[in-house]
Amino acid sequence: MSEIIRIENLHFRYGDSEKEVLRGIDLSVQQGEFVAVLGHNGSGKSTLAKHINAILLPTEGKVTVDGIDTADESRLYELRQTAGMVFQNPDNQIVSSVVEEDVAFALENLGVPYEEMRERVDEALRTVGMYDLRLHSPSQLSGGQKQRVAIAGVIAMQPKCLILDESTAMLDPKGRKEVLATVRRMNREYGMTVLLITHYMEEAAGCDRVVVMDGGGIIMDGKPEKVFSQVGRLKEAGLDVPQVTELAYELKKAGYDISPEIITGEECADALARLLGS
Amino acid sequence: MLRDITIGQYFPGSSIIHRLDPRFKLVITLLFIIMLFSGGNAVCLGIGAVYTVTALLLSGIPLKMYWKSVKPLMPFLIITAVINLLFVRSGDVLWQWKALKITDTGLDISLFMIIRIVLLIMGSSILTYTTSPITLTDAIERLLSPLKKLRFPVHELAMMMSIALRFIPTLIEETDKIISAQKARGAEIDSGSFTQRARNLASILVPLFISSFRRADELATAMECRCYHGGEGRTRLRQMKSAPRDYIALAVTIIFLAAVIAAGRIF
Repeated sequence: MSEIIRIENLHFRYGDSEKEVLRGIDLSVQQGEFVAVLGHNGSGKSTLAKHINAILLPTEGKVTVDGIDTADESRLYELRQTAGMVFQNPDNQIVSSVVEEDVAFALENLGVPYEEMRERVDEALRTVGMYDLRLHSPSQLSGGQKQRVAIAGVIAMQPKCLILDESTAMLDPKGRKEVLATVRRMNREYGMTVLLITHYMEEAAGCDRVVVMDGGGIIMDGKPEKVFSQVGRLKEAGLDVPQVTELAYELKKAGYDISPEIITGEECADALARLLGS
Repeated sequence: MLRDITIGQYFPGSSIIHRLDPRFKLVITLLFIIMLFSGGNAVCLGIGAVYTVTALLLSGIPLKMYWKSVKPLMPFLIITAVINLLFVRSGDVLWQWKALKITDTGLDISLFMIIRIVLLIMGSSILTYTTSPITLTDAIERLLSPLKKLRFPVHELAMMMSIALRFIPTLIEETDKIISAQKARGAEIDSGSFTQRARNLASILVPLFISSFRRADELATAMECRCYHGGEGRTRLRQMKSAPRDYIALAVTIIFLAAVIAAGRIF
């Protein structure tokens, strides 16, 4: 595996503001990894995401994506093709009144010739499962569908890395599931690196790696079960752990023999069955 | 309640008129307007009417819909016609009662005016009924693209238009939500005196404005993330190809226009 995102000693302040939003972040993400970035509001997680495709530039430090320094203006479009970003509100990132034209928007901007554009748009629409609705107006779609259109618009650029900046926060549970399933498939089948910024613990549970942010810095980084087992530290950072993990944690505290590294409902059910059986 | 509003009144379909190249449709509509106003006698108007009715029938949209486009304007048309009728003094007197008199010229003028305007509205409705607003914007952009050389911001205007069209349903939905939210807080929007209602409107417009600015900001970022950098070097997914039928339609329109001009000279 090769390194796709490299962040070195990243500091960031807005304008003349004294307060550092990001203070000294070091992070390295490998190609094909599925990383969740967790943090409560104001922890700096969205600010961090915005540095990866040069919406924001570091006050200090360096961000490189696939060998491209984000501060290098001459390679800006190349960078934005490499790292595609999906935002929170699906309504505010859809440009066109027709689904397929919105998916084509980036390709139109990049001057991709018609035949190739047609192919890439159709492929992107099929990947997110929106091909049948390609001629609809976005206003006729549900939140989850709109967000899938937004994802299609980004993956039509064929990025190596997909950043989802709280893209599930405004969706209902069904829409959230749709979007997550789509992103998981992008990761598994196409080897796309995914950076999932979220404050839903359950979403982070299925990732390869969890990065927890608080106060503009990274406080934890590791496999989900390792990170979630530290319930106390997570709570200090203003985060809730998945319900099942908390249950295991409380049982452990009460003296039962149960592993604290439980993150899914099934694992929890198994562990409880074992506990009751013994 | 706000949800029912449709903009542009587009009726999807696959009639011959629907399938015409929108650029041609725009030009044809312009020629059609010139046609209606280039001859002043009954023959000219008759030719114009034949043209309009043929186009209406070809569009495959129920005639009732076209009537709907004219109906709201009928009172104004009738009032103007009556004024014309009573105040045109030239020509032979047909009917007189004290100071009021109707002349044959007056009758001609008011009848022609009504027919002409009804034809105009129905005929131009064909354009908006058979072409989606977004396609129309696109066609305008392409037709005006030579003006780019004069530094006229054609692409920017078209982009603004299409974004506006895209956000109309979104903003309508949002207005609906704000109205409900304000009502829940006790705002009276449908009742009270006129000034009171106007003042209450501010409680809807202010949040709507603020959120529009936020949307604009987010949209601009999202567009930048998808490498938007103006109209230069852009390619398009929507292709506009002219087919023989477009040239035939244009030729037919030009022949009708010529016929109207000729009829205006002869009769």
